[in-house]
Amino acid sequence: MRERMIAEYLTTRYGLPGWLAYGGVALVQCLILLGIMMFAAALFTWMERKVAGRIQDRLGPTRVGGRFGWLQSVADGIKLLAKEDLIPKEADAVLFRLAPYISFCAAFCVYLVLPFSNGWVAQHLNVGVFFIVAVAGLEVFGVILGGYSSGSKWSLYGAMREAAQVVSYEVPLGLCVVIPVMVAGTLDLVAIGNMQRGWGVNWLVFHNPFLFITFFIYALCTVASTNRAPFDLAEAESELVAGFLTEYSGFRWSVFFMAEYGSMYAMSGLGSILFLGGWHGPIPVAEMLGLTYANHAVLGWLGDLLGACNFLFKAFLGVASMMWLRWTLPRLRIDQVMTTCLKYCVPLAAAMFVGTMLWTYALPGGLLPRSTPMGAVAEAPPWTAPRAARGE
Amino acid sequence: MPLLNQPVSLSHYLVVGAILFACGILCMATKRNAIGVLMGVELVLNGAAVNFVAFSAPFLRGDAELALGLDGHLMTLFVIVLAAAEAAVALAIALCYYNTHATIDVDEGDELRG
Amino acid sequence: MINWHTFFFMLFATITCAFAVAVVVSANVVRMAVCLIASLAAVTGLYFLAAADFVAAMQLMIYVGGTLVLLVFGVMLTARGPFVSMKITPANWLMAGLAGGALLILLLCAAVSVDAWKTAAVAESAAGREGGHTVARIGMALLGLRVDALEQPNPALRGGMAGYLLPFEIISVHLLVVLVGAAHLARARRTKKPIEPPSGTSRAA
Repeated sequence: MRERMIAEYLTTRYGLPGWLAYGGVALVQCLILLGIMMFAAALFTWMERKVAGRIQDRLGPTRVGGRFGWLQSVADGIKLLAKEDLIPKEADAVLFRLAPYISFCAAFCVYLVLPFSNGWVAQHLNVGVFFIVAVAGLEVFGVILGGYSSGSKWSLYGAMREAAQVVSYEVPLGLCVVIPVMVAGTLDLVAIGNMQRGWGVNWLVFHNPFLFITFFIYALCTVASTNRAPFDLAEAESELVAGFLTEYSGFRWSVFFMAEYGSMYAMSGLGSILFLGGWHGPIPVAEMLGLTYANHAVLGWLGDLLGACNFLFKAFLGVASMMWLRWTLPRLRIDQVMTTCLKYCVPLAAAMFVGTMLWTYALPGGLLPRSTPMGAVAEAPPWTAPRAARGE
Repeated sequence: MPLLNQPVSLSHYLVVGAILFACGILCMATKRNAIGVLMGVELVLNGAAVNFVAFSAPFLRGDAELALGLDGHLMTLFVIVLAAAEAAVALAIALCYYNTHATIDVDEGDELRG
Repeated sequence: MINWHTFFFMLFATITCAFAVAVVVSANVVRMAVCLIASLAAVTGLYFLAAADFVAAMQLMIYVGGTLVLLVFGVMLTARGPFVSMKITPANWLMAGLAGGALLILLLCAAVSVDAWKTAAVAESAAGREGGHTVARIGMALLGLRVDALEQPNPALRGGMAGYLLPFEIISVHLLVVLVGAAHLARARRTKKPIEPPSGTSRAA
């Protein structure tokens, strides 16, 4: 644990009390993660406008902050902060105030266990995958409570749709997450990422044809569970004014949006670890340049840094493709949303599950030649996977 | 604070479990809304689950060799899964009841009363 | 010197108990649900502190993420007015308080009755707290192999050390039955009589 090493160094070298050292290190980690999430939200708000503009054959924001409207997000933020903060008379004021923060906290908690590179994770959790799926599912509470407590029919309809949609899509999403976990044999995200080291053929998405299909089902379910178009039934503006957001304004409204963009980025990140190699690129640049811990600790750290950039870029590509989807496809009807989930996604995911199970039974190493066999990389320094540590 | 200086023992967990259990019983007894009663059941089940987890941790107690170990964890898992199943059936019953009575006040369901 | 394990235990235990009490005293069903979510989420923290990481993740995923969403959904489907609330008579409170209080006292007495339960094994606690890598062991136990109990020192317990394959299968079938049953119970059908407005008094016998 790197943060523990830093905290212990602080206590022994500078004589800081333990609670101050550990608390300080934890606080710094939280602030870094919060910074990443905020920056992602600001960047994606701007990007969403640019992408929407280009797809609809216009320019998008051009003025604020120079040539490409870089500072549009900042201007939007200032505008939202200056707006009047309305609470309807009919609303349940406590829940109405609380709801955006529930969403935001759930989106933020995902970042606590999401590794950005080999061991670059705030809390290295043995059950990281499950924790992320569980916490990401909690975001729906904010939306449901916000919709219910607004005291408006539009909001209530939005909340009901959200509840039905998210509960349904958690089933195929969970199945899709379990399939790569089954191949990897661990729930530890760092270990799963390190298993896919080397060339792109080591990525789990290329492990077998079933996992390749699973990746696309996962992408679909991610779009649905983060409430993005074409699945944004909860805020369908053509039918429900703005759905659960109808009564929200100003700062609370923007908190909902930060949570949405934050969880989009986090779910793309989870997908890139589970399927697309995480911080190990299609070309092992870090290993070619000799940036490994075997050579020197600093070189290894630089390699990890390169891996973190790789991971952030993959997650960014995931969000970009979500935006592309949003501005290309029309919104589905609620019955079509449910049909897609229950009649197509769930049976397909279950079939892929069985297929992957049989495949790993018949061909444990996968079809394509690998530079390193699965599981053998678990002993990679400085992080040892729990499986290897337990000798199982 | 002497309370914060000593390590956590099994009794601490049992007290939390007891409070959850008693709150659940109170909730079941006082609420007239069927879904409120269901929430009481969830609290009761969680009180029991906390006890299972506490009994299974060997480092919480003096007689570590008597700890439940993995059995306690598995029992808690079964409790969680069965609670989900129970909630699904109870909600289906509540919806059914609502369809016929137009309310889910459990005191209204007294048609078999003599 | 503050014991940080104890500190976080106290934090989570206080949240758990405070919100459990709030579930009992709040009159609005949706607020009850919110308090229940907070209470059960804090129980997750207690599980992590007791080195039960897989159980904690399951609690968060199935209980908080699944069961409680269902409950809130049920509240919304059956709500009559904008905000459902309930009145409870003092007599009701008295009876419930007597029963609940008696049970609480009984359980508290039981909790502090055994001396071995009051003393934590300090030497082992550091090691136990660090680990909790229970996922693989639980998985093997559900498949019928108890890797943690291969050398059970207590011969009295050795007989019960079989795996949990049969309960696992029974629960799987049970879940399927529940799924079919719940879908059958809650299926949409036309009500025979039109829905009457709710009456304040109970129906006459």
